[in-house]
Amino acid sequence: MIEARSLTKIFQDKKRGAVRAVDGVSFRCEPGRIYGLLGANGAGKTTTLRMLATILSPTSGGASVAGFDVVAEPEKARASLGFLSTATALYGRLTAREFIEYFGRLHGLGEDLLRERVEALLTRLEMREFSDRRCDTFSTGMKQKTSIARVLVHDPPVMIFDEPTTGLDVMTARTIVSFIRECRERGKTVIFSTHVMTEAEKLCDRIGIIHGGRLLAEGTLEDLRARQGLHDLEDIFVGVVTGTGGPPA
Amino acid sequence: MSARNIGIVYRKELMDSLRDRRTLISTIVMPLLLIPVMTIGFGSFAISMVKKAQEETPRLMVLGGEDSPKILAAIQRIPGTQFAPPAEDYARQISNKVIRAAVRLPAGFAAALQSGEPAHVEIYVYEGELKSEIAGQKLRAFFDDLRQRTIESRLAERNLSPGLLRPFDVAKKNVAPEEKVGAALTSSLLPYMVILMCLTGAMYPAMDLTAGEKERGTMETILTSRVSRIDLVLGKFLLVLTASIATALLAVISMGASSRMAAKMFAGEIPGAAAAQFKLSINPSALVAVFMLVIPVGVLFSSALLAVSLFAKTYKEAQSYISPLMIVVIVPAVASLMPGVDLNWRLALVPILNVSLVSKEIFTGTYHWSLIAAIFASSCVYAGIALAAAVHLFQREDVLFRA
Repeated sequence: MIEARSLTKIFQDKKRGAVRAVDGVSFRCEPGRIYGLLGANGAGKTTTLRMLATILSPTSGGASVAGFDVVAEPEKARASLGFLSTATALYGRLTAREFIEYFGRLHGLGEDLLRERVEALLTRLEMREFSDRRCDTFSTGMKQKTSIARVLVHDPPVMIFDEPTTGLDVMTARTIVSFIRECRERGKTVIFSTHVMTEAEKLCDRIGIIHGGRLLAEGTLEDLRARQGLHDLEDIFVGVVTGTGGPPA
Repeated sequence: MSARNIGIVYRKELMDSLRDRRTLISTIVMPLLLIPVMTIGFGSFAISMVKKAQEETPRLMVLGGEDSPKILAAIQRIPGTQFAPPAEDYARQISNKVIRAAVRLPAGFAAALQSGEPAHVEIYVYEGELKSEIAGQKLRAFFDDLRQRTIESRLAERNLSPGLLRPFDVAKKNVAPEEKVGAALTSSLLPYMVILMCLTGAMYPAMDLTAGEKERGTMETILTSRVSRIDLVLGKFLLVLTASIATALLAVISMGASSRMAAKMFAGEIPGAAAAQFKLSINPSALVAVFMLVIPVGVLFSSALLAVSLFAKTYKEAQSYISPLMIVVIVPAVASLMPGVDLNWRLALVPILNVSLVSKEIFTGTYHWSLIAAIFASSCVYAGIALAAAVHLFQREDVLFRA
C-alpha cells in the first residue's frame, strides 16, 4: 500500500525564491489497484513520485510505502518498490543480464535466487536474444524491457511509474501499459503518473488531478464524471484545472 | 553503511570503467605511452640538437688584430671554423645567425703580450643560443691556451718554475649518495609526475561516475535502488581512488623503464654525467614509502574531484570546474622542483607540496622520519575532510538534482 499524507515539497530557487512544487498532497492506494496521478508538465507529479521513491525528502508531511515511512526508513521503503520512468536510464556499458543482476544484488538477493529470478525474467520478457549484449546497442523497446526486468528483479509489492510511455512508439507504449495492468493483476500497488488521458482512462482505478503542486480532485473515473458533470476525462481535467467544471445546474 | 553494498557498487563501477575507452586511455595508455615518448623522444631530440650544434662549422669574425698578424693567423687556423670579413654590425650578424660569434683584439695586442702590458680581449656571443655559445667556447679555448703559453714563456724567461703561479690544486669530491647524484633529474621529476598522474588518473572516472551519470540519466536509476547513498558514494570513491593510484603506479613503472632505456640509448652519445641524469635507480623500499605517502593524496584528489564533479549537471560542465583544479595542484607540485625549496615543519603542512618535497628526499636516500610522519598525518586529515565533504554532498538533493 501507498499512503501520502499532506506531502509538501518546497524548493529554493535563486530567482523565484521558495517554490512549492508539491503542496499538501494526500492520497492512498491499496494493493491490486492503480492510482493515476494526472497533471500537465510541471504540475508536481514527478516531485510527488520522487518523494514516494525516497529520492527526494518531503519538506513537510509524510508518506509510507508498504508500511515503511519514506523519511524514517527510506532503505526499507525503496526495497519494497520498483520505480520506472523514461528518465531512469540503463548503464550502457553493461549487458542487460549484468544490469539486472547488479540491481538484484543491491536489493540483497542471494546468488542462487538472483540467478533464478534473472532467468525467469529473461524468459518472461522475451529478452534472451539480447540479454548478453551491451545496453548501449539496444532499441527503445529492448531498453524498456530491461528496465522492467530491473524493477521486477526483487519482486516489490509497490510499483511507481512516472510518465513511463513518454516518447515511446505505440508498440513499446502498449508493452508498458500491459505490464502495468499485469502488476495490478499480481496484486501490486501501482502509482502511475501521466498526462495522456486515454492511458489514465484505460488503466486507473482511482485518479488524482494535480495542478500547481496541489491535488485538486480525486476519485474513481465515475466519481469525477459525476462531480464534474462531464464524461470525457480530458474535459474533466480541463474543468478541474481551470476551475470551470462542476455539476450541471 | 554496508561493506557488501560498497563492494557491489565498486565491482560494477570497475567493470563499467574497464569497458570505457576514455577511462582506459587516461588510466593506462597515458602513463604507459606518454612517459616513454616524452623521455626518449625529448632526450633524442635534445641530443640530436646538441650533436648538430657541435658538428656545425661555425662562422666567426675577428675585429681588430691588423697589428698582430701572427695571432690573427693562429685564430683563423682554429680547427672546424670559418671566418667572415670584419664588420662593425657584428652584433646584428650574430643575432641574425649570419655569424655565430666574434672576437675583438685590442690595438697592439701582440706587442702588449711581448712587453707584458695588460690587454683586454672581448668575445661576443648570443647567450642562450647553443650554436653561438659553442662557437664562443672555441674562441675562449684558443685564448685560454694562448694565455697559458704566454705565462709559461714569461716564467721560463725569468727561470721560474711553472708551479710558481699554481701553488696548490683544488679538487671537489662528492659525498652525496650515488643515487642522489646519478638520478638527480629523474628523481626530482618523479614525485611531480606521480602527483600529476594521481590527479589525471582520478579525473575522468570522477567526472564519469557523477556528472556523467546525471547526464546519462542513470543517477536517478541507482538512487531508486535499495543501496544507501553513503554506500554508493564510497563504492564510487574506491573506484576513482583505484584509477588514481593505478595511474600513478603505471607512471612510475613506465618512467623507470623508459629512463633505463634512455640511459642505455644515450650512453655513447652524451657525456657520462649527463647520461646518468636519465638513469633512475630507485630503491624498492623508497618506492613503497612514497606510495604510502601518495595514498592519502590519491584519497584527497579522488574525493575532491568527486565532490566538484557532483555539482555539475553534465560531463562538459564538470570539465570546466576541474580545469582550474589542475592549476591548484600543479603549482605546489612545481614549487617543489624549484631550487632552494627545502622541506621544513611549515611546508610539511602544505598539502601536495609536502608529499612532493618529502618524496624527492626519499628517492634520493634521505629519510626525515618525524617530518614523514607529520606529512602522512596531515595528508590523512586533508583526505578525510575531502572524503567527508564528498559523502555529505552526495546526501544533498539540491546537488544531486541541481536544476
